Amino acid sequence: MTTVGNAVPSTTVPPRPGGRPQQPRRLSAVRTPDVLALLGALAAAACTTGLLWTQIAPFSGFVGYVVATWCLFVLIYAVLVSFDQDRPTVRDRVVSVVVHSLGALVLLALVYVIIYTFFRGYTALIHLNFYTQDLASAGSLAPLTQGGVIHAVAGTLIEVGLAMGIAVPLGLLTAVYMHEVPGTLSRLVRTVVDAMTALPDVLAGLFVYATLILWLRRGFFGFAAASALAVTVVPIVARAAYVVLRLTPGGLTEASYALGSGQWRTVWHVTLPTARSGLATAVILGAARAIGETAPVLLTAGVNTHVNLNPLSGPMMSLPLLAFLLVSFPEPAEIARGFGAACVLLVLVLLLFAIARAVGGRGPGQLSPGQQRRRALASRRDLARYQRVDAMRAAEAAEYEYEFPEEEA
Amino acid sequence: MVGDESEQHEPIPFFSTQPPQNQHEAQPPQAPQKLTSKLSASDYLFRAIARSGGLLVLVLMVAVGSFLAFRGAQALHKAGFSFLTTQDWNPDGGGFGILAVLVGTVLIALVAIVVAVPLALGTALYISEYAPRRFQRLLISMVDLMAAVPSVVFGLWGFIFLEWRMTSLARWINDWFGWIPIFKVNGVGRNQTGPLATFYTSSSFIAGVVVALMVVPITCSITREAFSQAPSGEREGAYALGATRWGMISAVVLPFAKGAMIGGTMLGLGRALGETIAVSLIISPVFAIQPHILQNGTSSISSLIALHYAEATPFGLSALFAAGLALFALTLLVNFVAAVIVSRSRSGAVSEA
Repeated sequence: MTTVGNAVPSTTVPPRPGGRPQQPRRLSAVRTPDVLALLGALAAAACTTGLLWTQIAPFSGFVGYVVATWCLFVLIYAVLVSFDQDRPTVRDRVVSVVVHSLGALVLLALVYVIIYTFFRGYTALIHLNFYTQDLASAGSLAPLTQGGVIHAVAGTLIEVGLAMGIAVPLGLLTAVYMHEVPGTLSRLVRTVVDAMTALPDVLAGLFVYATLILWLRRGFFGFAAASALAVTVVPIVARAAYVVLRLTPGGLTEASYALGSGQWRTVWHVTLPTARSGLATAVILGAARAIGETAPVLLTAGVNTHVNLNPLSGPMMSLPLLAFLLVSFPEPAEIARGFGAACVLLVLVLLLFAIARAVGGRGPGQLSPGQQRRRALASRRDLARYQRVDAMRAAEAAEYEYEFPEEEA
Repeated sequence: MVGDESEQHEPIPFFSTQPPQNQHEAQPPQAPQKLTSKLSASDYLFRAIARSGGLLVLVLMVAVGSFLAFRGAQALHKAGFSFLTTQDWNPDGGGFGILAVLVGTVLIALVAIVVAVPLALGTALYISEYAPRRFQRLLISMVDLMAAVPSVVFGLWGFIFLEWRMTSLARWINDWFGWIPIFKVNGVGRNQTGPLATFYTSSSFIAGVVVALMVVPITCSITREAFSQAPSGEREGAYALGATRWGMISAVVLPFAKGAMIGGTMLGLGRALGETIAVSLIISPVFAIQPHILQNGTSSISSLIALHYAEATPFGLSALFAAGLALFALTLLVNFVAAVIVSRSRSGAVSEA
């Protein structure tokens, strides 16, 4: 406890040591010797491996070259660092290199898979008929200037639309239930939903195949595929939405309860609007997942080559299934079409993903500039309304010659 | 508050700001007040609707499982215990069992996990500990995107691109490590030349590597989240004691996220067990136990279902349902264990409000 008041401060400041003024220390992690060691090790490894590959040992192959270079690089780098650093630092540097390489490898693999798909699908994608025709008239020997994937695009959109029509209300309702209603049943639902998120998609397809296809005896139809997709996606949407709902700041809901609103009003006016962007992200990512699912569609939607817009009768093609089937043909044109279908699928997924990032990516309660403007406007309107009401009350009071008791501001 | 927060939290320690008790006259201890919330009619309706939604999902999920059991019962009844010990799959004449497909499924999943876990942990560590702050969100988005890339795209890539390029790697492993039983390839000698690539295609190894790409984002996002939740006080404490970055990670971050790392791996395993399309594209099915992961020919339950459902007789379909039931039980077991481990780990214990 320090005494506060007129007492003389007892802190003494030591005099600065004479001589040069202190220089601010550089806290940056990058130092020249480190960079030099890194570059040196890289150069040494590349050259040694090059020598091995071309002159000395009977090795060949680019992948082997890269792997050998990397191993040598880590080794040489460790030796270089150990010249002027202690053991823990050497370990730290080596781990840092390994972690960076692993991260880069994963991201490279992702980018490479996407680019490779577009590269192989390119020959099909440049023809306009690929987007406007179906495969009814184009056999497997037809050139790429005939036939397209419009039937699969239409089928995918209809199936995923119907599936999300079932899965979104059910998933969100389940999420709200798991979040709002406590109890044993709620915990059971949560456990089952958690377990079902990883239900193998082929089993959802098998379930619908045995019920809707075999019991109704009307062959494959689009709605069956939509149901199978819905069974796959419901737990995913429910779980993602539940996680988002849990992030709602407790202060907001408690404030709502403190103001006297019931549970339903709190959910409708506070919890759901606060989590809106997160919920939208959950739904969109669920849709992205549904678009890419192949196994449920394989078992339930059937295969056809022309546009079928009626989900209740007749087989309905979808993009992932088309890609899956086409690449099994030996003809280059069919393989190109398969990759083209995969490209269209990827574009749809990327589009959904971009929308999800634009909508979500904001924490609950954080507003975009437009939302902030609208909030401010609404607040200003409220203020004007309060002032109007106050003025009216004052006028009434004046009429009855009654004075409100003065309130302390 | 009506929610169920109380069951998820430890009681918050209450530090009294009042002067010590002896300055007051002694009071009888207050009985804890019983708090009840009175729900209005609309709240009851809301709860009923929400509960019905939850129940519907529950019923749906239980229906999938019980339906598999119901339809598979016929085949299970006929095959009896031999269903688990037979390798052949010939339900319409002769024996059938899931031994071979089960072993194939597990081997593919194990290869996928062995390849994916180092990649996923490395990526998660990179994103949460090493990457520059301004790239972090972009990198997280990219991992999420990887999870959203359709499995058929990975399948096409593995089938058309990777399969023939992996054969030289498989050959190399076989040459140098062939003395380890699982890396053995029958019919190929050490210095044999000639068109040997066909011995190495369509193997568990290649399928596992492709499935690994689908497992990485799942494991990565779970572990990354746990890494980033490691308490900053302990991190700074480690740095203050003179730890290097790796010293800090190995002393603070990794122990903190141990549960999430195991759980994330198990969830990835669940995904790997159920993967259908990529595996169906790559492998060439054989119905005999194939313990050599580099050798052509293997099988998995999901691809068995996907490739055989169309031409199956009613009894054959029942056998497929029984196989599906086995897969269902396997993934459910793995996922339950994973969920328990993840929820028990310290990283799950963060406050909400």
